[in-house]
Amino acid sequence: MFNPQLNADGKLQHLLSIEGLPKKILNEILDTAESFVGVAEREVKKVPLLRGKTVCNIFFENSTRTRTTFEIAAKRLSADVLNLNVSTSSQSKGETILDTVNNLIAMHADMFVVRHNQSGAAHLIAQHVPPHISVINAGDGRHAHPTQGLLDVFTIRKYKPDMHNLRIAIVGDVLHSRVARSEIHALTTLGVPEVRVIAPKTLLPAGIEKLGVQVFHDMKAGLQDVDVVMMLRLQNERMSGAMLPSAQEYFKTYGLTQEKLDLAKPDAIVMHPGPMNRGVEIDSAVADGEQSVILPQVTYGIAVRMAVMAILAGGSQA
Amino acid sequence: MNILIQHGRLIDSANNIDAQHDVYIAQGKVVGIGLSPEGFKADRTIDASGLIVAPGLVDLAARLREPGLEYKATLTSELHAAVAGGVTSLACMPDTEPVLDEPGLVEMLKYRATMLNLTHVYPLGALTMQLQGKKLTEMYELTQAGCVGFTQADAPIVDTQVLWRAFEYATTFGYTLFLRAEDSFLSKDGVAHDGEVANRLGLKGIPAAAESLALATILRVASETNAKLHIARLSTAEGVALVRQAKQQGVQVTADVSAHHLHLTEHDIGFFNAHAHLKPPLRTQRDQQALCNGVLDGTIDAICSDHTPVDTDDKLLPFAESEAGATALELLLPLSLKWALDHQQPLTQAMTRITQAPAGILGIAAGKLNIGEVADIVIFDADTYHKVEAHTLKSLGKNTPFLNMELPGKVHYTLIQGLVVYQA
Amino acid sequence: MTLPDPEILIQQITAQIKAILTPHSALIGIHSGGVWILERVLADLNMDIPYGKLDAAMYRDDYAQRGLKSKNQASWIPFDVTDKHIILIDDIFYTGRTTRAVMNELFDFGRPASITLAVLINRGGAQLPITPQISGANIPLNSDQAFQLSLDTLGHFHLSVEQLNAGVSHV
Repeated sequence: MFNPQLNADGKLQHLLSIEGLPKKILNEILDTAESFVGVAEREVKKVPLLRGKTVCNIFFENSTRTRTTFEIAAKRLSADVLNLNVSTSSQSKGETILDTVNNLIAMHADMFVVRHNQSGAAHLIAQHVPPHISVINAGDGRHAHPTQGLLDVFTIRKYKPDMHNLRIAIVGDVLHSRVARSEIHALTTLGVPEVRVIAPKTLLPAGIEKLGVQVFHDMKAGLQDVDVVMMLRLQNERMSGAMLPSAQEYFKTYGLTQEKLDLAKPDAIVMHPGPMNRGVEIDSAVADGEQSVILPQVTYGIAVRMAVMAILAGGSQA
Repeated sequence: MNILIQHGRLIDSANNIDAQHDVYIAQGKVVGIGLSPEGFKADRTIDASGLIVAPGLVDLAARLREPGLEYKATLTSELHAAVAGGVTSLACMPDTEPVLDEPGLVEMLKYRATMLNLTHVYPLGALTMQLQGKKLTEMYELTQAGCVGFTQADAPIVDTQVLWRAFEYATTFGYTLFLRAEDSFLSKDGVAHDGEVANRLGLKGIPAAAESLALATILRVASETNAKLHIARLSTAEGVALVRQAKQQGVQVTADVSAHHLHLTEHDIGFFNAHAHLKPPLRTQRDQQALCNGVLDGTIDAICSDHTPVDTDDKLLPFAESEAGATALELLLPLSLKWALDHQQPLTQAMTRITQAPAGILGIAAGKLNIGEVADIVIFDADTYHKVEAHTLKSLGKNTPFLNMELPGKVHYTLIQGLVVYQA
Repeated sequence: MTLPDPEILIQQITAQIKAILTPHSALIGIHSGGVWILERVLADLNMDIPYGKLDAAMYRDDYAQRGLKSKNQASWIPFDVTDKHIILIDDIFYTGRTTRAVMNELFDFGRPASITLAVLINRGGAQLPITPQISGANIPLNSDQAFQLSLDTLGHFHLSVEQLNAGVSHV
């Protein structure tokens, strides 16, 4: 079966989504990330793997923080980095996505990191680049954010090494969240036995159980005895209608407070992909509290992205 | 010109014929079936051995893109595509630029189409001005100019008062309303069926309820106003059930399905294949089954192409930004034949749905080959499979989810008014 | 061919290493065979010497052809490399490319005063102007052969020669 992420030899050619990644490759990325964690602590925070290569961050959708982490990751691999911020406006018919990409290919870019507000944008680009170029999806619409899913799983592994014995809850706007989808695929692929989603009906997609998760509308019930709480950002900009009455009501029913967190296991960890809406989906005290691993997520995110780039840029005759 | 079509297998479902009969044509009309008329001398003989001879196909919905949208396709290119597909009569959609809501525009279109001497074009007029669902169009004048019915294309009529009045007014004159049922609020910004695939791919979904809710409303209004209603492009199991029920209750309703929806489901979107971006969206296996059953039991009267040529660049976009629609005039016959094969149906069943039945819905004299009828004929090979390829399609639209697939049925000859307008 | 007992070779190189130690020396093992030997040398020397481990994976010159090896171990240098006399320890010296990669990596940690290369066996075939200053034995092999060094459960080393399949090259 054709897999747009793998080349004819079964080697990872693009990272577009966690769905469709063989477990073996998932683990390869995570294991490789381990060896990159220490690079930041060296005198020279670089390894020469991508020396002479050009990595282009093509962000059709704005995001300083994600773009920055990809930039740091690429530079720590000794790559040259180009940042292209292409603002999209449905009114103005400017250059098409593929025209933008073709121009960059003509300038001999080697790797594209793409973020776009439409699902499938990274797939479209990957279908149209020549064989020596790799595409990394940095977030496409509601579809996927694979490096986030990977770094989340990497973080969980650091604190809870036995994935086969975990109960994990994902809380929030699953409907609009590419992060949630990637997290769900990563967790289920790696064999986490119980993955829960906790949200009001209006924020859950139809048939979400088919992805292998248990649905909870009651947050207190959903957090019982969980080992990991993964919070999602309440995405104001993505909601196009009256899905929630107010941020206050959301916080009361689905916001993470210490009181609700105490229903989870005492050593449960709290995660958030960022940026956080303090007081909306998460209480400040929890975000800054002992159980929060939100800042380590950011650190690990660089190592994971380095691993992804290193695997994509390397040859395959091993 | 006198033409003799020899040794072919004549399938004329309107007259219940499926037999080896020669067909005799003179002065643009059918003058003999089986037996040669007295004194007939053929100027040209077509050897139809091993081929099917049938009334030319009647397509209920084709977008010809003129006026105004010539960068997608032109009248000339698409009517050539039509005859290559064996389609000799078609109803075209009014969602052009400008919209076909003025008699003058309709006259112009009819005139230009007639000058090409290819497929007969029967425009469907806009039901409301600019298709905006607010002001009724001059339906009488539009009919005088050549419209055979009225439609909103893909635009909604949100105001139920306007909807009611549109039905009442059309019914005054006995005009047929061609409406696709879709609630505009539930389907807003949706690009795929609201289900498993849209969920995984992060695409905004259109729930099945968008169709059934709107359909229930439309059927009710039709029943109360005694209107002649045709439901276009059914896509849900619930929709089929509602139409079946309405027919049983005596509502004057007919229905069609796009050939695509008989064969494809949401899974054919695959990895964001924009060629599978259609309106209405491709839905589940269960819906596809119900649609096929609907054709089998006659709830769905006709199969149409829903021909929508799209400029290549408008498909080379992320799925939700891509333009919906598929080129299909040249695929109507192959897809209908494949449907018959897949469901072990006799050829006549499939042919009815693309000749006699749509002709009846449009109220035109086509889709049958009685003696004295205009000789609009398609001669095709039902058995050979051919590959659907961009460079062999005559349509300027190369956008089809069936690209590179093999389908049965190849048109060898198309005759319009007794003249060969297409030869393979 | 008769192979020497690796246990004896280790004793030999441990003695040679001991002879050149200074107060500013440090030992670094090259993953993975060199790390085993480092651990034995440290145990046998029984002195307080700074030590670390380097994995050449990210500095190899065949990354473009082969990518990263699936099992790469993290490099770990818990002391400041600058001004130290580093003794690199590896099991087999062959083309010299691994040593080149490791030296590059070492220089990204700081500026050593000197680098000495100590190997258990030098099998000849250097493709770069690099040579070990300390080696237990010089045993040339053909390009279709490779040494296999193994450690048993009692902590004893064993040495054998493996015939490689046609087309498999060994760096």
